[in-house]
Amino acid sequence: MARIRLENISKSFGQHTAVEDLDIDVADGEFFVLLGPTGAGKTTTLRMIAGLEKPTTGRVHINEADVSAWGPAERDVALVLQQYSLYPRLTVRDNLSFPLRSRVRNMSEADIEKRLDYASKTLRITHLLDRKTDRLSGGEMQRVSIGRAIVREPQVFLMDEPLSALDAKLREALRSELKDLQMRLGATFIFVTHDQVEAMTMGDRIAVMNKGRIAQVGRPQDVYSNPRNTFVAGFVGSPAINLLPGRIVGNGAVMAPSFQLPLAGPAASEGAYTFGIRPEDVSVESGAPVEARVHDIENHGIEKIVTMRVGEHLLRAAIPARTTVALEDQIRFSWNPNKVMLFDATTGVNLRHQAA
Amino acid sequence: MAVVSSRSGRLGNRIAIAVVLVITVIFLSPIYWITTTAFKPLVQATSVPPSVLFEPQITPFVKLFTKRAQLTAPVAPEIYEAAPWWEKLVLDGGERLARDGNGEVVFSAYPDRFINSLIIAITSTILAVSMGTITAYGFSRFRVKGEADLLFFILSTRMLPPIVVAIPMFLMYRAVGLNDTHVGLIILYTAFNVSFAVWLMKGFMDEIPKEYEEAALVDGYTRMQAFFKIVLPEAATGIAATAVFCFITAWNEYAFALILTNRRAQTAPPFIPSQIGTGLQDWTVIAAGTVLFLIPVAIFTFLLRNHLLRGMSFGAIRK
Ligand SMILES: Nc1ncnc2c1ncn2[C@@H]1O[C@H](COP(=O)(O)OP(=O)(O)O)[C@@H](O)[C@H]1O
Ligand SMILES: [Mg+2]
Repeated sequence: MARIRLENISKSFGQHTAVEDLDIDVADGEFFVLLGPTGAGKTTTLRMIAGLEKPTTGRVHINEADVSAWGPAERDVALVLQQYSLYPRLTVRDNLSFPLRSRVRNMSEADIEKRLDYASKTLRITHLLDRKTDRLSGGEMQRVSIGRAIVREPQVFLMDEPLSALDAKLREALRSELKDLQMRLGATFIFVTHDQVEAMTMGDRIAVMNKGRIAQVGRPQDVYSNPRNTFVAGFVGSPAINLLPGRIVGNGAVMAPSFQLPLAGPAASEGAYTFGIRPEDVSVESGAPVEARVHDIENHGIEKIVTMRVGEHLLRAAIPARTTVALEDQIRFSWNPNKVMLFDATTGVNLRHQAA
Repeated sequence: MAVVSSRSGRLGNRIAIAVVLVITVIFLSPIYWITTTAFKPLVQATSVPPSVLFEPQITPFVKLFTKRAQLTAPVAPEIYEAAPWWEKLVLDGGERLARDGNGEVVFSAYPDRFINSLIIAITSTILAVSMGTITAYGFSRFRVKGEADLLFFILSTRMLPPIVVAIPMFLMYRAVGLNDTHVGLIILYTAFNVSFAVWLMKGFMDEIPKEYEEAALVDGYTRMQAFFKIVLPEAATGIAATAVFCFITAWNEYAFALILTNRRAQTAPPFIPSQIGTGLQDWTVIAAGTVLFLIPVAIFTFLLRNHLLRGMSFGAIRK
């Protein structure tokens, strides 16, 4: 089993810097998620761990060994991609045994058969073994791809958006299956995704990446409730957080000239800030201090997300599904002052992180 | 609306079929012409207007493979009776077969020339396709400095009409002793075809996801093993298409073969018309030589047809 450490990694393609000053320490047996929008440098990071890409500067450690100069074959990592991990000409069985037939492994047929058997039972793909892979559905294909990684019994599983090409239902099912598998194997997983729900539900820890840099590393609930900056706040959480530019005057937040609301605790010094409040911390009730108009309603089944218009501001609030509202209704809202996050108006950094 | 459009769709289909039929007839008529000529008696082959109905005979093929002389006097009946059926065909035409000192029939040069064509075309195709495949793989997968310029340079070797360099080639080949050798023509045809093969194969290689090899690399294979185990099978279609094109080019090449070979390494294309000048112009024999010459390309293309069709519908040719 393995601990992965990236030390001060940068990677440039010509003039373009894809990854910059990356430091990551993934513990043995951890489910570690790299989360970020497209182009953030997640795939590049994963490829550097796999040895498919050489970092421009910095080192990669697996356990205590510096593997920076090692080729992919020597690193004993397994890779699962969004697509193209399987060979279309081969059957599922041949795809699964392909990694085991490499000369470096030199395994006996009996051992190969044993591993194949275990992997196909674990993933419930035994009935597919003799099919050509181009005859498989998307979900079956990804199961087989994961199987191809499992048979190797590698030190580390690297997964690059393995669920992104699947439809929503299947994605949900495979999400919990994968998490379950990781716990049973006790293996180290590094899982790349742009889907924050995947990251939140599966990750022991998440690294949020943006423009080649790490914005924040932490447990999902910490990243959610205490984002380091406005990027992380906006990227994690659905429906997205409300980010409102405004000022602190006295003990209150003022979104001049539209409305003002109280703040809790020792207020920060007066001045311009970005206020962050999650939709579930905005409450709609008749006696609330601020008046707004209903701009949009999204029914999510278990709750409704109303977008409210106050002056030039739009604000989302989560309300119980039974509440009846209509477009352009006049409603009143307030927020939970304890949950308001304060971000520096220019740098976007969370004040709580600035202090630390 | 739907009715109208489907009716016009059917009409469009019929027009398309008619056009295809006309084109097919136009393209096949020379082949029909040369094939029927190869089975016609000489008088009917040259008759005006051309004869459509005739009794097919294989005398031209017997003549193609043998050396003959005009009969000066009628053959003795017992010799005629003793002759095998195919010799009788020739005797009936007023010629006798040339025989060597042991009385064995002397073959014409045609089989040798035909075999020369096979050796040279097959070898140069194998060389051009394998070099083209490896080069294309390099260009497709690695960052090559000045890639665009190099690729353009490779292509530019095809821009000059080859015949422009025929005389210098002849002089150079004479100087190094490559005139009238198999190796000489193989080198030349390989050089012609390799640029073409690189370009064609580059298109096919680019279409093979590099993830396939990377998965193999991560799984413990070397780049070389990944190439042979994964890339080559995936590239089979492209290789087949490229091979057919290279083979046809080498098989049909006329100008250089005419200038650079005359006996030992001469290929069929310059040989077949060289028969026109000798003695009576027997068009049926030339037609017979031509018909046999068409067969290898037909077989080769037929064997690779599945690959070819797929190759045409994706890959470089589409672009
Ligand atoms: N081989 C490459 N050559 C040039 N630029 C690349 C290459 N691979 C990735 N990049 C660039 O690096 C950046 C990060 O890419 P990537 O790691 O694929 O992001 P992600 O996986 O987070 O979407 C992107 O801007 C991308 O265009
Ligand atoms: Mg990516």
